[in-house]
Amino acid sequence: MLNFSDLLPYTDVFLGGLATTLQLTLLTTVLGVIVGTLCASIRQYGNKPSQRAVAAYVELIRNTPFIVQLFFIFFGLPSIGLLLTPWQASVIALTINLGAYSTEIIRAGLSNIPKGQWEAAKVLGMNFRQTLVRVVFTPAFEKIYPALTSQCIIVMLGSAVLSQISVQDLTYAANLVQSRNFRAFESYVVTALMYLGLAMLMRYIFGLIGKRVFAFREAS
Amino acid sequence: MSLVKLDQVHKYYGDFHVLKGIDLDIKAGEVVSIIGKSGSGKSTLLRCINGLEEYQQGGISVDDKEVTSEDIQVRRLALSVGMIFQNFNLFPHLTVGENIMLAPTIVLKKSKAEAQTIAKAMLEKVGLGDKFGSYPEKLSGGQQQRVAIARALAMNPKVLLCDEITSALDPELVGDVLKVLEQLAKEGMTLVLVTHEMNFARDVGDRVVFMHQGKVWEEGNSKKLLSDPETEELKQFIGAVL
Ligand SMILES: Nc1ncnc2c1ncn2[C@@H]1O[C@H](COP(=O)(O)OP(=O)(O)O)[C@@H](O)[C@H]1O
Ligand SMILES: [Mg+2]
Repeated sequence: MLNFSDLLPYTDVFLGGLATTLQLTLLTTVLGVIVGTLCASIRQYGNKPSQRAVAAYVELIRNTPFIVQLFFIFFGLPSIGLLLTPWQASVIALTINLGAYSTEIIRAGLSNIPKGQWEAAKVLGMNFRQTLVRVVFTPAFEKIYPALTSQCIIVMLGSAVLSQISVQDLTYAANLVQSRNFRAFESYVVTALMYLGLAMLMRYIFGLIGKRVFAFREAS
Repeated sequence: MSLVKLDQVHKYYGDFHVLKGIDLDIKAGEVVSIIGKSGSGKSTLLRCINGLEEYQQGGISVDDKEVTSEDIQVRRLALSVGMIFQNFNLFPHLTVGENIMLAPTIVLKKSKAEAQTIAKAMLEKVGLGDKFGSYPEKLSGGQQQRVAIARALAMNPKVLLCDEITSALDPELVGDVLKVLEQLAKEGMTLVLVTHEMNFARDVGDRVVFMHQGKVWEEGNSKKLLSDPETEELKQFIGAVL
């Protein structure tokens, strides 16, 4: 028999896990998109060596499993003297991962900006950085915003494996609860629903931000 | 005194010889129309004048300063040379007012209030005083092009380069843009325009430069040149466009 009320005593465990997942997601989404924006700009406009370095980073991350990246950072780096807490390792791993995927997405947006926009800015006397920040970024992000939103959500969902290095996130909470009360079915249903809710919440928040930033499309 | 001076300018795209020794002398206040077949090098010529394209031989100077395509130099040049493009190139995410204010604030370091005053004055000048808060995509092509003119004027240029700025417009919108140019010409602005508007070139322009195969094939007083062309090529060209 299913019995969801057996989960009630563990409400705090679930909420704690949820809070951890939320915090990690918020922090690494911001950091990851910043890394992606910088790397995409280098990939698109930088000199050859720096373009190649970014390309190598992107390919490395996109062609290896996230859990291996995470284990390398948490278990591997200490052997060269870099000792990290589970939380630190998680932030780094998630940021690097989202950074790589968003680099490719954001670069697609940058390459979509017509040459005429650059020329118009140039003949008005604007320099490269001014043009990138004031003229290019907003329309570039507009084009790829849905893809970027999805990628951020994918990384949030992927954060479930952080429980493997004993970060006490939502999945860690689910594992813990079902090992205590043997209500695996109920625990994972509730956890899945929480992830679903988180994903929907992220989509909603990204939507709100997008509506503001890209208001020029609908506004009068 | 000449404001824009080209001396034996040669320009290549790879092996392709686009401009073959252009000499041109444009005085302050002059309105010069550049005409010629597609591919004759008109756009390239304009783009060399403001450093958007580099040239390989000869010399170009604007306001007695030499033009090179070095980035720094292009930006310095931008202070005296304005340019309007065929497809407007307004910044879509900025309102009309913000489009005009952007360069005066971040390039000329004017205060926001000052830039706003300038922007409003320039919009009035092009007949769009009520569009300050609108986004470009809500405007007609003709209105967008007039905003582009206002944006260039806000930098207080000494010469305005216009590359077929009415070619992308519906015929009924061309007149509004030409009227603005005519007004500018009257106020003494130096204009260099690549155009297919022969009536405008004749009636408003001082001088016509006919380009053919990368050379200045024929040039002179606009009324005289258009009514009494000397070369066979110009005769043919005029016959084809009229
Ligand atoms: N970026 C470029 N690379 C190579 N060839 C070009 C480039 N831009 C223009 N051309 C060539 O140079 C010639 C002159 O072009 P352009 O100045 O645009 O002529 P116009 O404006 O008179 O039509 C054309 O044959 C064109 O194909
Ligand atoms: Mg052209």
